[in-house]
Amino acid sequence: MGFSDATREKALEIIARYPADRSRSALLPLLHLVQSEEGNVSPAGVEFCAEMLGITKAQVGAVATFYTMYKRRPTGDWLVSVCTNTMCNVLGGQEIYDRLSEYLGVGHDETTADGSITFEHAECLAACDYGPVMTVNYEFFDKVDPDTAVHVVDQLRAGQRPQPTRGARLCTLKELSVQLAGFAEPREEAMADGPAGAPTLRGVRLAQEHGISVPGFDPETPIKSSRGDGAPAAQAAGVAANKPASDLKPAGDTAKPQDRALKEAK
Amino acid sequence: MTTPRRETLEKLTPVLTKRWLSPEAWRIDVYEQLDGYAALRKAIAAHPDDLIQLIKDSGLRGRGGAGFPTGLKWGFIPQNDGKPHYLVVNADEGEPGTCKDLPLMTHDPHSLIEGVIIASYAIRANRAFIYIRGEAVHAARRLRNAVQEAYAKGYLGTNILGSGHDLDVVVHSGAGAYICGEETALLDSLEGFRGQPRLRPPFPATHGLYASPTVVNNVGTIASVPYIVLGGPDWWKSMGTEKSSGPMIYSLSGRIANPGQYECGLGVTLRELIELAGGMLPGHNLRFWTPGGSSTPLLTADHIDVPLDFEGVAAAGSILGTTATQIFSDQDCPVYATYKWLEFYHHESCGKCTPCREGNYWMVGIYRRILSGAGTHQDLDTLLDTCDNILGRSFCGLGDGATSPVTSSVQYFKQDYLDYIEGRKAPRLSAKQLVGAH
Repeated sequence: MGFSDATREKALEIIARYPADRSRSALLPLLHLVQSEEGNVSPAGVEFCAEMLGITKAQVGAVATFYTMYKRRPTGDWLVSVCTNTMCNVLGGQEIYDRLSEYLGVGHDETTADGSITFEHAECLAACDYGPVMTVNYEFFDKVDPDTAVHVVDQLRAGQRPQPTRGARLCTLKELSVQLAGFAEPREEAMADGPAGAPTLRGVRLAQEHGISVPGFDPETPIKSSRGDGAPAAQAAGVAANKPASDLKPAGDTAKPQDRALKEAK
Repeated sequence: MTTPRRETLEKLTPVLTKRWLSPEAWRIDVYEQLDGYAALRKAIAAHPDDLIQLIKDSGLRGRGGAGFPTGLKWGFIPQNDGKPHYLVVNADEGEPGTCKDLPLMTHDPHSLIEGVIIASYAIRANRAFIYIRGEAVHAARRLRNAVQEAYAKGYLGTNILGSGHDLDVVVHSGAGAYICGEETALLDSLEGFRGQPRLRPPFPATHGLYASPTVVNNVGTIASVPYIVLGGPDWWKSMGTEKSSGPMIYSLSGRIANPGQYECGLGVTLRELIELAGGMLPGHNLRFWTPGGSSTPLLTADHIDVPLDFEGVAAAGSILGTTATQIFSDQDCPVYATYKWLEFYHHESCGKCTPCREGNYWMVGIYRRILSGAGTHQDLDTLLDTCDNILGRSFCGLGDGATSPVTSSVQYFKQDYLDYIEGRKAPRLSAKQLVGAH
């Protein structure tokens, strides 16, 4: 597939975010950009990135294949990810994954026959206080069970857009990839979606209910002025910390915090 | 469920989490009504060196896991060296169990932006990058919006608030790689390469992003800065312990009545945290837990009164890490839990160094064998021998971290392993799942 002039303009906009002689920094957002056009990173997408950055296709391909969010095969509009890392797993994530896999008839990193849903298991999604979680296009459905998970994919396949528990209302994976490329959310209402959930607020609410605050806060506390003092010493320490490797012990010779656990296990 | 006692409730220190109660705090006008950007105005009137000293005086230590003194790190940046300086915020939250940075960026994104501006001013950086985990789409959405709002108000861009300081901030989404939370892998990723760690030294303080002096700080670290600027170091040190000052967001998950985020002074104990969380779930008794994510050696019910600060957890043989306390009960199997973590490390190993790449691969296979009832006593020795060959011999902390659940679970729960090996416990995995395993 050829990429349009509009895509090319977007690519130039991405490149302009980084220092002029460091355009390669734009590679990750550019890969998100080509994925937003094609739904995955195809050989044509790789070629486009290489051309925009003046690097080889092999260099782009090496990066594209390293990161799990760049899909190498065509995807559906909906990427359904189930966390199967330890915490979600023991709370039921494995059963959710197994049930959905059977229900959809696909395994990890596969797309349903109707082309609508790409399915995967995910590593920790940083929502352990809401576990077990699944995401659709990376928006959270919290505390799911096999039945509610099936209901979500049923709605997706019926052309509906179920509202995530937190996060914004759903957009397609291609639309979302534009945001991953660093462009603003075009839906104003989506920005306001997703009030903080109860677990997020649990500690601070508890403090509020019981009138707990940290005493002694005075925003007018002056900043001590001791201009210049201490700066040379800190810099000398910085230089010392950056001695070439040959002056130091080989990597790994320093004690590790885990040493004790290993020794005691033995 | 039990109600916490008053003395335990007083362990709560709502500072970084306080604005989360205001549902619109992510909008700049609401943020400004809630002390927002007051710290910036105050900081920008001070000399940058005085800000570095202020952070040193506060005793602030990195919130991303390693606990390095933040002011010291800032002080390492060579000044008047003619090179561009960079601030890079590590927002690649992905350590299993950790879930404190995403809510902060989602519900109070401007506090991070304000901290970024102050820190950049202190280290004389004109460019800052927030490298946010790709999957964190809603947090990134709010952050990008916050950056736009801050530009519109003159908090970002050229000549910020008439100070003569210029700063551009880019929110850079990753693409799904846990290793990019390691600071040098993050820098490589940000430069457009595979996220693989670099050999150190040289450290990022002199050779970081684009081989220039760079400070890499965690979200929680940078978001703490405005509070220290406003309240002063003495107020900050009124929370926490002598060597681990300030508040910390403890992320509680697992077999407790009320999982969630609890911000307390450093040094709170798990007993107190569980009390705040309404106790263990009915029918569950504490058996094992991670003090700060899966890369920190497991602790047990015997460690319930360990002060959760950098020193206290180290003395107990583990690591404070990201204060992600994942709480497991007598109904959870430490061998299975470790297996799932190992699958994670195996998947996320970047492949650069052999001990981590191969070691985790083989250990996953051994766990599968043990959990399917086909393990041998020698498997235990092989696991520990493999850990010995990973720990301290890997390129970065990912390999070291992978050994944590293995060695600590063997240390405390060897009987559980033996029960699978000697056939007293029913296999957890079916032989079918062994197909393809080695």
